[in-house]
Amino acid sequence: MRNVYIQKFISYRHLTVELVKKGIKLKYRRSYLGILWSLIEPLLTMAVLTVVFTKLLGRDAQGLHIPFALYILIGRLMYSYFSSGTKTAMRAIRANAPMIKKVYVPKYLYPLSSTLYTYVIFLISLIDLFGAAIIMGVKPSWYMLQAIIPLVLIFFLTFGVGMILSTVDVFFRDVEYIWEVVSMLIMYTSAIFYTINRFEGWMLNLFKFNPLYRLIEGFRDSFSGQPLHPYGMLYAALFSFATVIFGFFIFYKKQDDFILHI
Amino acid sequence: MGKTILNVSHVGMRFNLSKEKVDNIKEYVIKLLKKELHYNEFWALKDISFKVEQGDRVGILGLNGAGKSTLLKIISGVFKPTEGNVTVEGKIVPLLELGAGFDRMYTGGENIFLYGTVLGYSRDFLKEKYDEIVEFSGLGEFIDVPIKNYSSGMRARLGFSIATIVDPEILILDEVLSVGDRKFKKKSLNKIKSMMKSNVTVLFVSHNTDQIREICNKAILLEHGRLIAKGDVNDVCDYYEKLIEEEYDIEDLPKKMRKKIKQKKQQGMTAKPSETPQPETRG
Repeated sequence: MRNVYIQKFISYRHLTVELVKKGIKLKYRRSYLGILWSLIEPLLTMAVLTVVFTKLLGRDAQGLHIPFALYILIGRLMYSYFSSGTKTAMRAIRANAPMIKKVYVPKYLYPLSSTLYTYVIFLISLIDLFGAAIIMGVKPSWYMLQAIIPLVLIFFLTFGVGMILSTVDVFFRDVEYIWEVVSMLIMYTSAIFYTINRFEGWMLNLFKFNPLYRLIEGFRDSFSGQPLHPYGMLYAALFSFATVIFGFFIFYKKQDDFILHI
Repeated sequence: MGKTILNVSHVGMRFNLSKEKVDNIKEYVIKLLKKELHYNEFWALKDISFKVEQGDRVGILGLNGAGKSTLLKIISGVFKPTEGNVTVEGKIVPLLELGAGFDRMYTGGENIFLYGTVLGYSRDFLKEKYDEIVEFSGLGEFIDVPIKNYSSGMRARLGFSIATIVDPEILILDEVLSVGDRKFKKKSLNKIKSMMKSNVTVLFVSHNTDQIREICNKAILLEHGRLIAKGDVNDVCDYYEKLIEEEYDIEDLPKKMRKKIKQKKQQGMTAKPSETPQPETRG
């Protein structure tokens, strides 16, 4: 049974690649700088956020092992992948309705390719991070290799959440507006442009139970030459895989009804 | 006698026709509480069974709303039937509304790769066949223009060219020969005919019985979601033409209907001479 699914996926790999390409191509079509925007945009927002939070609000993070700008950049890159990945995946089924109505293609390919193409853009934008790290004089260390773990996990987390959202979105459009608010909440509990040192009690737990925060924290640790937080990473891993499993579960349960609602 | 390549057994498809589309939670909850969430059940297809052997060309006839497209969508896997099942052996290329699966923002050339991979071809293979596809579509330099600027005929031509680049085992044609200009129609008809030589199985929907007679060797007739006739193409086409002309009571059973046709035919034949004015016998 599992073999059949894997075989099917392999036979559709060309389509997956083509859909990923389509996403990237169409995103930057008709802009002069094209995919360069995936590099420019994070740098500009990093600059803005750094100026706002250090100069205007006079808040420099203490006790950090990396420059504050880098701290912000990591958080912003990871959060914006999660946010754009889940949002495009959420709309994937509805956006591809004309195709779904006419030709048979395994439907999970649509949220999967959406998550994948935003992931590719995310990986490209990581060039910024390495560039910034070099300029800001961050010393390379073996700990940086750890970054692969949160990098992989964030893909699964985004994909799982995207599958759930895309299923729900077919039946209830409201989720698009709800998710807008929820992702804002997730943003503030991911500590992108501040540290969690000032918080305690339940406020602190809000961060600690946010798997996205745990992933961002892991990535930052890797760049500040520190080992990963084992329990935090384990929690994020379990959470990510659980969402993928749950995502596939409700997607498969409901996918035959999609066609009647799009 | 070839092997059975497509087996449709007792297929039924039910749609819930809600009066208005409920797609937000508020409405859903309100309706749920007021118990207004009832649907009108509608069987688009009911108890359809037939078999298609390799090399058969089956015409599918029926008036609008008879369930032809629903049937094709079930066979091609877009719909999952409410009951019954469909087994297919081999690769299906569905041409349901040409150009479905194209992206409007993409150019014709990019869509060749997109649609080609949707149909399950590899990128290398499509690269190889690219020129052939462009050539057959006759689009020339328009191939680099986004599809959104295409006319429906151009889109149809491109769709047809991509889908027929390989001989599939089963080719599903839904009214595709009714688009495009006469020249392309002829070209695509010839293409289908040449594919038929290589033993491809064809499911062909059209309202044009002449076309069906030309391409198909068998036919089925659907009426209000039920299969009311199947068999040799000429018999079914005759029957269909009669049906349109004389507007039979569609609820009747097929056998009864056939008898009726025969009776009417005979009546018609005997009645005809009586229409000519009889020499009046007057004193």
